[in-house]
Amino acid sequence: MSDMRCDIELTVNGETVMETVEARTTLVDFLRETLALTGSHVGCEHGVCGACTVRVDGAIVRGCLMLAAQCNGAKVETIEGVSDSGQIADLQSAFERRNALQCGFCTPGMLLTAQELLSNGGVPSRETIREHISGNYCRCTGYQAIVDAIEAVAQARAGGRK
Amino acid sequence: MKIVEDSPPVLTALDRPNSYIGRSVPRPNLARLAQGRAQFVTDVTLPRMAHVAFVRSPHAHARIKTIDATAAKKSPGVIAVVTGAELAKVITPWVGVLTHLKGIKSAPQHAIAVDRACWVGEAVCAVVARTRAEAEDGCEKVTVDYEELQAVTDPETALDAKTPVIHPDLGDNLTFERVHSAGDPDNGFAEADAVVEATFMFGRHTGVCNEPRAIVADWNEGEQRLTAYHATQAPHMMQNLFAKHLTLSEHQVRVVTKDVGGSFGIKVHTYADEMATVALSKLLKRPVKFVADRIESFVTDIHARDHRVKGRIGVKNDGTITAWEIDALSGIGPYSVYPRTSGIEANQIVNLTGGPYTCPNYKARARVVFQNKNVMCQYRAVGHPIATAVTEGLVELAAVKIGMDPLEIRRRNLIADDAHPSQGPSGIKFEALSHHASLAHLDSMMNYAGLRAEQAELRKQGIYRGIGFASFVEVTNPSAAFYGVGGAKISAQDGATVRLDATGAIFCHTGVSEQGQGAEAVIAQCVATSFGVPMEQVRVIMGDTDNTPYGGGTWASRAAGIGGEAAWQAGKALRGNVLAVAGSILQTTPDTLDVRNGAVVDAATGTERMPLHELARICYFRPDTLPAGVQSELVATRHYVPRAWAFSFTNGIQASYLEVDTDSGFVKLLKHWCIEDCGTVINPQLVDEQIRGGVVQGLGAALFEHCLYDQRGQLLNGNMADYLVPMAVEMPDIECGHVVTPTADSELGAKGAGEAGTAGAPGCVMNAINDALRPLNAKLLTDMPFTPDKILRALGKV
Ligand code: FES
Ligand code: FES
Repeated sequence: MSDMRCDIELTVNGETVMETVEARTTLVDFLRETLALTGSHVGCEHGVCGACTVRVDGAIVRGCLMLAAQCNGAKVETIEGVSDSGQIADLQSAFERRNALQCGFCTPGMLLTAQELLSNGGVPSRETIREHISGNYCRCTGYQAIVDAIEAVAQARAGGRK
Repeated sequence: MKIVEDSPPVLTALDRPNSYIGRSVPRPNLARLAQGRAQFVTDVTLPRMAHVAFVRSPHAHARIKTIDATAAKKSPGVIAVVTGAELAKVITPWVGVLTHLKGIKSAPQHAIAVDRACWVGEAVCAVVARTRAEAEDGCEKVTVDYEELQAVTDPETALDAKTPVIHPDLGDNLTFERVHSAGDPDNGFAEADAVVEATFMFGRHTGVCNEPRAIVADWNEGEQRLTAYHATQAPHMMQNLFAKHLTLSEHQVRVVTKDVGGSFGIKVHTYADEMATVALSKLLKRPVKFVADRIESFVTDIHARDHRVKGRIGVKNDGTITAWEIDALSGIGPYSVYPRTSGIEANQIVNLTGGPYTCPNYKARARVVFQNKNVMCQYRAVGHPIATAVTEGLVELAAVKIGMDPLEIRRRNLIADDAHPSQGPSGIKFEALSHHASLAHLDSMMNYAGLRAEQAELRKQGIYRGIGFASFVEVTNPSAAFYGVGGAKISAQDGATVRLDATGAIFCHTGVSEQGQGAEAVIAQCVATSFGVPMEQVRVIMGDTDNTPYGGGTWASRAAGIGGEAAWQAGKALRGNVLAVAGSILQTTPDTLDVRNGAVVDAATGTERMPLHELARICYFRPDTLPAGVQSELVATRHYVPRAWAFSFTNGIQASYLEVDTDSGFVKLLKHWCIEDCGTVINPQLVDEQIRGGVVQGLGAALFEHCLYDQRGQLLNGNMADYLVPMAVEMPDIECGHVVTPTADSELGAKGAGEAGTAGAPGCVMNAINDALRPLNAKLLTDMPFTPDKILRALGKV
């Protein structure tokens, strides 16, 4: 419960962070509340919506299903860091031009999930794209614009036209 | 990537040089959202901010005997534990009725239940603590002693004599009833060659905004002022309500709405827990934050669409529809929601049924009854999905009965495109619609004949595909007829203030707000065009009652049509002001000049005479050089409200193509089409994406979404694992097309586009499923959502 605390040391977006957290604190709450990295969102807190998607040691995870204490020694990346690194600039630009985000609440998670698929290389089919993002809930767009944007970036990257 | 191509403007009045009207320009606010640099209310943190969590009733109906907060008050981090009775000293209760819904009644609702809880999830006690986690710990330590009362959970028996009355003072459980008769329905049915009837059931469902409801209330005791950072669709409405129920004057309340993570009608109502949060801030003299978690969202965000409609249609063998009749029953919550009421959706079902068609013989009854379930109110496309599914379901059944093609029966009955102005069977007035042009567009876009041939071919192989249609009309651009005439302080008009800054860029302050639909972009497009600057030089300010003209906000598909027109007119007015001063600087008459692309130009030749930044420099810093008596006015405000028509109806038609797996009962959506007519299209891509998002919300209602209650009023699936929402893999690609019939009520001619998708999709899918299963003699499916078990039962397989 609330009286269990632990010290953790990790890197978040390349910066070393040392904090004391309650054992029950989820990774996404830690990022949002302790580190004020509010780009990762909380939509359900039970692992369904994908709004809390972040990267831990290179793999995407649901920040609401992982505890901050589990991230001791880990390398955590959030939308803020990934944006600033420029590695998804083409994907962000495609989302903006194709209006693949409306309210934008799902978008940070959606972008990180899409980037995971795209980093496998090649041009996935629309069905594969739809399947891959099916753990990320979007209430606004109806998904088609998101699929279009991801597909376009896959084609551009495959053609070497970043 | 299929970015929708720019289309030329449709109206010469809008065809200014460098016009942005009709262009798919990207929204200026997207980069911020895509980089995780938005500011949602859930992200807001203030100094000394505390968090509130609520103890919520586990019973659908119970007397609150005692609340023991002793242990909770000692819980680490807890600042205060406040009951309903204590909070009632700070905030007054409300009653959700409007005078234009004759006879509607409801009981006073408190911010926190006093004495009695009336649905599972109603807040009975608040715990305020330093963190949300500590507030929740505190809630666990509050002991509430309840005496369970009998819950009213079946709308069909809500009015029976033996059913308890939820609010005895009201006399019965009837919230609202409307009876309507027009033309000669009895004669209409008598002269029909066939009469078809069916009972349509609609599963109660909800909005599931990705960002839950959230508010940070900051009462500043020194200023005697409340600032509410609130994810709302209607900042000025909430300013009025917070002031009224905290007994403040309106200028003591500021509502700030920054980014909102989806709303869809969910965030346009008064929520008891949000009212409690502002009251707690006043009580505790410090900022208090409330964010609904997903579980509490399911039991407190308004639900919608809990309707049972018995419908009947008369038809002649030549396809002529001769009469309509509906009997609708809606089970709402224990209170009519404030201030828009829970009677509007049923009222809209009466208004809209039969709406696209010429047959005037119409009989309707709608009753709305109280239930011990979560409250029900207006959600995207209010009433339209119900009225459309009933109307279009009946029309397709009639077509089957007389052996006529479903598009042909529509051709024979839809109001002719040249017959406007016209009216629907309920008396709703249509300025100008394009049903036949839309139908023809759909027919060719989907290759209807080709699909029918494919369907027939596949049936031989045991593959069951269906094609379904739904024509629809959609309420947009509401005048005061929607709420204002009923006594609600909800502005129908909206305003825009445009200001030239000292560098030649402009600020546009608008009363409409953004929840992701693109209002900010649309306002910028309008004002950039009518004033004459590049869009990059427009900054739009919205969502702040201290800093925007008084307005209604964003609901009922009004932001583009009403807010856009105000911005358009304000831009024009500022252009006039700028040209007046430019004329005196350049010693020419203003009407020989224009503002284009950020400069004052010669109107005839387009030759630049003076950049705007130079004009601004002179006006702001060297006004001494202006001719004597010339005072520049570099701010202009204009307002707009539709006057000629109560509503600007749009219209359209949708089609669904799907396949039913007759072994598993699963429905695979293959393709969806939507043709709609929202008048002038300001931004084609944004319109299409509103349609697509709306369609998918309707598809969710048709196939998945259902708030399942048991007889004791327990919500059985109130979480995102059990309440199914559409995910990407289940959704089809959606093709959109447009017919453009501008409204003459505004210069812009734009109508709303945000709800048409949701209006038509469920009925369309219902018709397609029944079309698919017709050769198998399956029972008619009219009970949404169409889950695999219902389909297998219709097929007689389980
Ligand atoms: S908040 Fe983590 S999956 Fe929804
Ligand atoms: S853009 Fe709003 S939830 Fe995806």
